[in-house]
Amino acid sequence: MMGGNGLEQLYFPGCTLKTTAENFEITAKETAKVLGVNLVEIEDWVCCGTVHSLTTDDLMHHLAPTRILIRAQEMGKKMGLGWEDGCSLFTLCSMCYNTLSQLNELVKESPDKLDIINDFMDEEADYEGKVKVLHLLELYKQIGVEKIKAKVIAPLNGLKVAPYYGCLLLRPKKVAIDNLEDPTIMEDLIKALGADPVDNPYKSKCCGTFHTVDKPYLVANLAYKILTYARRAGAETIVLSCPLCAFNLENRQEEIKELYPDFQRMPVFYFTQLMAIAFGLGDFCRFETNYVDPLPLLKSKNIIKVKG
Amino acid sequence: MSESEQGIGGLWVRVFIMGREHEVPQGLTIMKAMEYAGYQFIRGAGCRGGFCGACGTVYRLENDYKLKFGLACQTTVEDGMYLAVLPFTPAEKAVYDIEKLRPSKTVLLEYYPEIAKCVSCNTCSKACPQELKVMDYVQAALKGDIVKVAHLSFDCIQCGLCAMRCPVGIVPYFVGQLARRLYARYISKPSRMPTLRVEELKEGKFDAEFEKLLSMNLEELKQLYEKVEMEE
Repeated sequence: MMGGNGLEQLYFPGCTLKTTAENFEITAKETAKVLGVNLVEIEDWVCCGTVHSLTTDDLMHHLAPTRILIRAQEMGKKMGLGWEDGCSLFTLCSMCYNTLSQLNELVKESPDKLDIINDFMDEEADYEGKVKVLHLLELYKQIGVEKIKAKVIAPLNGLKVAPYYGCLLLRPKKVAIDNLEDPTIMEDLIKALGADPVDNPYKSKCCGTFHTVDKPYLVANLAYKILTYARRAGAETIVLSCPLCAFNLENRQEEIKELYPDFQRMPVFYFTQLMAIAFGLGDFCRFETNYVDPLPLLKSKNIIKVKG
Repeated sequence: MSESEQGIGGLWVRVFIMGREHEVPQGLTIMKAMEYAGYQFIRGAGCRGGFCGACGTVYRLENDYKLKFGLACQTTVEDGMYLAVLPFTPAEKAVYDIEKLRPSKTVLLEYYPEIAKCVSCNTCSKACPQELKVMDYVQAALKGDIVKVAHLSFDCIQCGLCAMRCPVGIVPYFVGQLARRLYARYISKPSRMPTLRVEELKEGKFDAEFEKLLSMNLEELKQLYEKVEMEE
């Protein structure tokens, strides 16, 4: 539907984007506007639960993602967002994407489980299984590299960027947003912004996720490998799409420094922050909330001019 | 026998109070029915007006598998009702000094980290005798939206039934209480009208009117009261 602000797309932020990763959300919304997309937050969404439960009889942990998709479904109907084929719901956080997407696969494969879930949630409309869960990167792939290039006013020339997919955008195969062995969706975006993508061996290796809470040094070791191999491959920074990956790869550099004193800190960006810089919307990036200040790198590349 | 003892239209219902069968007059509240049956409340009763939350009650009806919830002072007895009043909810309340807190995005999560375990089953909302959207305010707490938590939980009477039903051990009513305290202390603007009215009182604006009221006898006051126009 074309509204005054462009193409309206249903959007699920997730809890972290409302608390510690506000810079991810604001840059996503602002850069989407530049590309003619108005991200409309679904009403009264709940936390996705963060992990897709693999226990076969554990339906309790599927209630939250189902409730989200029901509320998206009802809002999609109300807004007339192409309901006959099911509407699309865009996510930003890799973890939310994976949890919602895997739920969709589960209810397709097991209609009996969907029946039980629908019966339990007798206060909601039934989930019809038709909401399409997509990641924002997929929308940008649909929009196309040429249209993105056309909006770049401050190209990221010479910036060497390692894309980091983590474990949630590409696996399991049925929810992968791209070829799981040889993804290019982030590389294409990086190129469109004028930067150089740097292939790196640990781009789809897990960051350690929630182990960061009780085993920070285990995570620091994983992050050390991911960052060090990216640097060895020639990267100056890493780009990702998950607030937990961001915390583990960026904030855990404190513990990495303790373990490996020679370690050289590396700035970490959300892909939407890189887009915001390239689109001339750098003010939305809120780099002051970044643990590793990316400004020295951006200044050294003349991407952000030194003021005064 | 007075009219109330006979029940409305002289009908009686069977209720099972903590498993023991009693015949009580139809139309009584659970609390009055229990007193009729001989119970004396020393806990689990407070205002008797649906505000204090002391008399949270669980019950089932014959041939209905669902557990139901209400306040003993507000819910009327039905035939075949099995019930128990829960006068107290064992629950851990976080200790904080409201003056030292800040209404940050993560303060509710910091004091009640278990809200992150919410599975969105909505069992809490179904247990709420005030029909609040309990799950939605727990979720708003998770998103750091203190204002939304305060508004959605405004009518909470702290009966604790939500916490008794939560499968992951969240204590929603204390989370809502902290949000409302933060809202009142740091977010809501001070109300302008009471300040102005206090000034007017100090200036003696209403002195003459008070003198007039104080000089009236009971009959005159009654007549005056009946003429008062009430806002709908």
